[in-house]
This record gives sequence, structure tokens and C-alpha cells, in this order.
Amino acid sequence: MSDHAPVTPSTPKTSSAPLLEVENLQKHFKQYSQTLIKRAAPPVKAVDGISFALEAGQTLGLVGESGCGKSTAGRTMLRLIEPTGGAIRFNGEDVTKFGTSQLRRMRREMQMVFQDPIGSLNPRHPVGSIIGAPFRIQGVKPPKGVRSEVQSIMERVGLNPEHYNRYPHEFSGGQRQRIGIARAIALQPQLIVCDEPVSALDVSIQAQVVNLLEDLQEEYKIAYVFIAHDLSVVRHISDRVAVMYLGKMMELTDRDVLYATPMHPYTQALMSAVPVPDPDRAEARERIMLSGDLPSPNDPPPGCVFHTRCPKYREQLSDNQREECRTTIPLLEEKQPGHFAACHFAEVRVDSAVTVAAPVAPVAEPQAGGAAGPAEGSGPSLTKS
Amino acid sequence: MPSNIEVVDEPADHGFLDVRDLKVHFPTEDGLVKAVDGVTFTVEQGKTLAIVGESGSGKSVTMQAVMGLHRGTRARMTGEVWLDGVELLGASDSVVRKKRGADMAMIFQDPLSALHPYYSIGNQIGEAYLVHNKASRKQARARTIEMLDRVGIPNAKRRVDQYPHEFSGGMRQRAMIAMALINNPKLLIADEPTTALDVTVQAQILELMKDLQRDFQAAIVMITHDLGVVADIADDMMVMYGGKGVETGTSSEVFFQASHPYTWGLLNSMPRLDRVRAQRLDPIPGTPPSLINLPSGCSFHPRCAFVEKVGHDGRCKNELPELYPVSAAHEARCFLVDQNQLEALRNQTVEEPA
Repeated sequence: MSDHAPVTPSTPKTSSAPLLEVENLQKHFKQYSQTLIKRAAPPVKAVDGISFALEAGQTLGLVGESGCGKSTAGRTMLRLIEPTGGAIRFNGEDVTKFGTSQLRRMRREMQMVFQDPIGSLNPRHPVGSIIGAPFRIQGVKPPKGVRSEVQSIMERVGLNPEHYNRYPHEFSGGQRQRIGIARAIALQPQLIVCDEPVSALDVSIQAQVVNLLEDLQEEYKIAYVFIAHDLSVVRHISDRVAVMYLGKMMELTDRDVLYATPMHPYTQALMSAVPVPDPDRAEARERIMLSGDLPSPNDPPPGCVFHTRCPKYREQLSDNQREECRTTIPLLEEKQPGHFAACHFAEVRVDSAVTVAAPVAPVAEPQAGGAAGPAEGSGPSLTKS
Repeated sequence: MPSNIEVVDEPADHGFLDVRDLKVHFPTEDGLVKAVDGVTFTVEQGKTLAIVGESGSGKSVTMQAVMGLHRGTRARMTGEVWLDGVELLGASDSVVRKKRGADMAMIFQDPLSALHPYYSIGNQIGEAYLVHNKASRKQARARTIEMLDRVGIPNAKRRVDQYPHEFSGGMRQRAMIAMALINNPKLLIADEPTTALDVTVQAQILELMKDLQRDFQAAIVMITHDLGVVADIADDMMVMYGGKGVETGTSSEVFFQASHPYTWGLLNSMPRLDRVRAQRLDPIPGTPPSLINLPSGCSFHPRCAFVEKVGHDGRCKNELPELYPVSAAHEARCFLVDQNQLEALRNQTVEEPA
């Protein structure tokens, strides 16, 4: 109930040290009262104790509604924003304790792709200079020179190398996002934080960029933290998925487990709200409606932050149980092996699953040129990284 | 500058909203932008039509033209727009002004820029009522509170005096809907009303729109790029590409009997929660065409995988396809339909629902 309740969710333990290990990461933004005399007001807890581990070459999806702190979390991981508390271990070293020169060296291995491809590219620099910037800043001299290296990267991400001297405004939205990706992979980093990289793109272009990200991951063994609000894109690209709500992690588990058997009422509601492009199924589906909007992070509800909108709290719980939701902050606990949820009454709810229950192999399509690979079962196959 | 409008008066059998061969062209320094190039559709009362397409396909411009938002600009508009038996493209400004806001209303994508930051919510919604009704400010205010209540804004009596920045995204969109519906319009045009919203709020807004349609029996035209939203809300749908409708029909026909390679591409390129996770997404290659310099023949042919199948010396490149009937009330603008090659190819291309 108190503002400073200890939040110590356990981290999934793995045998060797993971590439990125985030423990109890916090980012609180200071606030001041809007009166004549400036006084400190309670801070906004944009990120309030999130923990996860990410292996090399794997993807962690970070989903949640706008304002849940997922972008702040992504930026804090790279120390683009200074964390308030917690530890970020990258290859076993605590990044939060790094000085400037160490941080600069580390940035070679950690890059970012931003949501808005116009806002994140300098309009007065030609593409070649934008993609070549990491080489200049890090003082890396590729054997054949920066220009030829940049051109080969451009080719790799599907841009015409002859467009080296063009400016960002001369490219379409999808191509601009490719420029952002080219810049991120220029130094072959081990980790890229992708902050809604495909949200601004049309569906057909979105698929191109998602495929590109997957190809690059395979080729260079890059790990992604993939921040998005689109649950279907996250399911496609992620190995593990973390669901966030008001700065806290609500659920964390393997992708297939999460989508087949979500345990947190918030995840269940989120999934049932995704519109499905199938008129029959849309009719038949039972939607779990959330009432109201996201509460203000200025003044989060006491106890479980989700209880004000929780359908389970509203419909199924007894008064005693509700009391617990209102007073005790639920910790992120391992409810089932490898399946973490922050809810006192987490359980699998059969009617909420929108994904197919039984894996059925889709018809392969030789025509449209896409190599539709064998379908992967969406059952709970625990392919732990 | 006066717009170039063809005046038509022929009393005929019209649907409630009946758009026939609508063209909207914008002359620019770089050339003529054919944003809408011959679009035909009808919507009946109590029904919902979804217009689907990528950015730049002309879906928003089509409906802006129906609302008369391009009148008095450089835009060149031809064709016919009939609303409840009245032709609007050739009508005078005063006729259209009477209809707009009363008989037809529009909801925009970004409610924060569509609402004026300087006036209170109640003031802006009430204005729409005062313009079209002989009512006092007091009556308008009462009506506004009633509407805010109806669209699910809690504590409407207090919220009516607040400003747009005090509302959340979902609440702003509800306020926009209240403003659009305050005069009981017979036609409601919604331009990507939920694109800027979170899924949980989107679900609330879609439920609200379905609910209101039951009450008001309005015809709804929903512009969207999200096929999931279409499946949820639409009775009929039209897929647009390069300023033309490329496939029209009831939404279940278009979803289950998709008959245009572009529609196949759209359905296949999105990751779907209701299917087994595909190992790889199947994007449509290339980028949407420039509206100044549309490709010859079928504007989709540079991105289409079936040009070879159509054959006939590159018919796709040389000849403009018409809308060919697939079944009653389902048409597609593709030579595959014309040449009866569709069935075999469709079965290979579109994944069966799991």
C-alpha cells in the first residue's frame, strides 16, 4: 500500500549469464507543484521495478497500452535516460555504474531504432552521412573505407546504394525506417532496442520491415527488445513477451505460452480486444471489456494498479479477495514453470484465448512468392532460450 | 476558384448514399494528382460500409468529397453523390451546408487536432446543435449533456465544461462522436476513428458505434486500414488501391472469397492472432504507386504476382481492368476474374482459416 513498498520480482534464472539482464529497473520522473513556489510533488513512476533477462540472438517483446512506460523502459535500458534505481547487466557488467568513456564503448553494442522515421533522421544530412555516423563517432575504420561499408549496409537493408547522397525526405516511410535500421546495425551491435519500429507503416510495408528485422537477427545474431502495442506483430517476432501496465510488469513468459494461456486478467483483456480479420470469428468471440481509461501515472491506484479496470475484480472476486487487490501490491511471481504473472488470482481462462486452440497447418502457398515455412504449433511448447 | 462540377439531374433508383463514378483530381505543380479516380458504391440506412486501403489509396479523399469538404478548392470533382435522393456534387453551397452536420456528419482520426483547444467541449458540441436547430443555449447545453452521457462519458454534467486537453484519447473520440451524432445524422462518416487509440479503448469505441447504429439507424461509412476492425463492424466493404475500388462486396464475401491479388496480399501480409503463427510474413513487394504517375493498365500490376498468369501479351500492363462480377454483389477489378482463372489461384493463395 505504501509508496515505497519493496518490489522484488524474481528474475528467470538461466545457467549462463544472459546478454542483457534487467533487475528491478526504475525510472521516476521528478515533478513539481504548479504553484507560485516550486515544491517537489510525488514523482511519476514511469517504470517501477521491471526485471527480465534476454539471451543473445533472442527477441523480447514489450507490450502495453500507451502510457504504460514501455518506451521509457527501452530508453532507460540504453541509459538514454538515467535510471532511478535497479541494475542493467549487459554481458555481466552493470551498465548503470559505467562512466562516460565506458558508456560510449558499450554503445557500440547497444543500438536503437525509433518509431518515427522522420523525426529520428536529420533532414539536413544525406543518408550516407546518417548511416556512416556510428563509424565517425566510434572511430571505427572499416577496411574498405566508410563509404563502401555504408553502401553495402544500404544494400543489405534493401536500399539502393546509389541513393547514398539523397536526403531523408526523398524516401518513402518504409524506406526511411530501413535507413534507421541500417544506422542501428552499422557497427553490428549485439542488442537493438526497437521502439515501435513498424507502427507508423502500412500493413504491406510493415511485413517487409518485420521480415528484414528477422533476417538481420539471423545473420548477425542480434538480440532485440521489441517495443510495440500491436499484439499480433509482437507474437510474430518475439521469443519471450512481457506485458506492462502503469510502469509495472504484469506478465512475462515465452511467446507461445503467453498467447495460448495468458494468466493475468489484463493480458486476457488485451488479447480479447484485438480485432480479428475474420467476420465469423468476430461475431462469435466473447470480448472481455475493460471499463474506462488507463489511470493517470501521477496518481496510480493503491494495491494492484490494475484493480480499477480489472474484469475479474469486478465480476468474480469476493469482498475479501477484493480487499487484497486494493491493499497489497502483487509481485511478479512464477505461477507456473517459466510463466511469471503479477496477480493475486492469476489463472488461465479458457474462453479468453483468441489464438487458435489446436495447431493446424495452413495451406502453403507457392504462388505469391512467399516461402511459407512449416507452421509452428501455438500450443505451450516451452522452447526456453 | 470554382470547382468543375458536372450537374446531373436524372431521377433514378438511388441507394441511400449512392456515389457514382466519383473522381477527385488535384492540379499541382508536379502534375495532376488523381486521388480518386472513378469510385462507385452505395450504402443503405442501418448498414456499415468499410473502405479499406493503404495510405494514399484515396479512401479519405473520397469521403471528404462526399461531405463537400473539397468544395471551393482547386480540386476537380466529377461524378454523382446522392444522399437520400438529393444530388450533392452539383448542389449549391447552401444546400450542402444544411446537410453537413445535420444529415451527414464526420468523425476524424485525430480528435485532438479536430477539437478546438480554446473552446470547452460543451461549447463545441452545442454549436453543432445551435447551427441546425432553433434552440436556446440552455437547450443546446441540455442536449449536449444528454449526448455526452449517451456516448459513455461519466459525469457528463461536469465534463461538459472541460477543455479537450483535460480529456483522454478515448474520451476525446467519444466527444467527437457525440458532436457528430447530436443532430441524429442519417449518414455518419468515420475516418480511422480508432487508429490513434489503444486496443482496449478501440474495442469500447467500436462497441459504442455498433450500439449507436442500432439506436439511430444511421448509415456508417468507416474508413480504415485495419482489416480486423472491418471484420468487427462492417456489413459491406470496398478495397481501394490507387484511387479506385478494386474489390467490393459484403464483408464475409470479401474475407472468405477474396478475389483480387491486392486483397490477398493485404490478408496475407498481416500477422494474425487467430491463426497459427506463420514462420514468415508474406509482404506485398514494392511500394504504393504515385498518384501523379499511375502505372499503365491495372495500377497494381507492378506489385502483382499474377501478371504472367493473366498473360495475353501483358494484358495487365496495357488494358485497364473493369469491375468484373465474382458473384451477386461481389466484384473485383482483375482480369483473373474476367478470364475465369480465379478459383484455382485463390485456393492456392489464401490460407484457409484454422
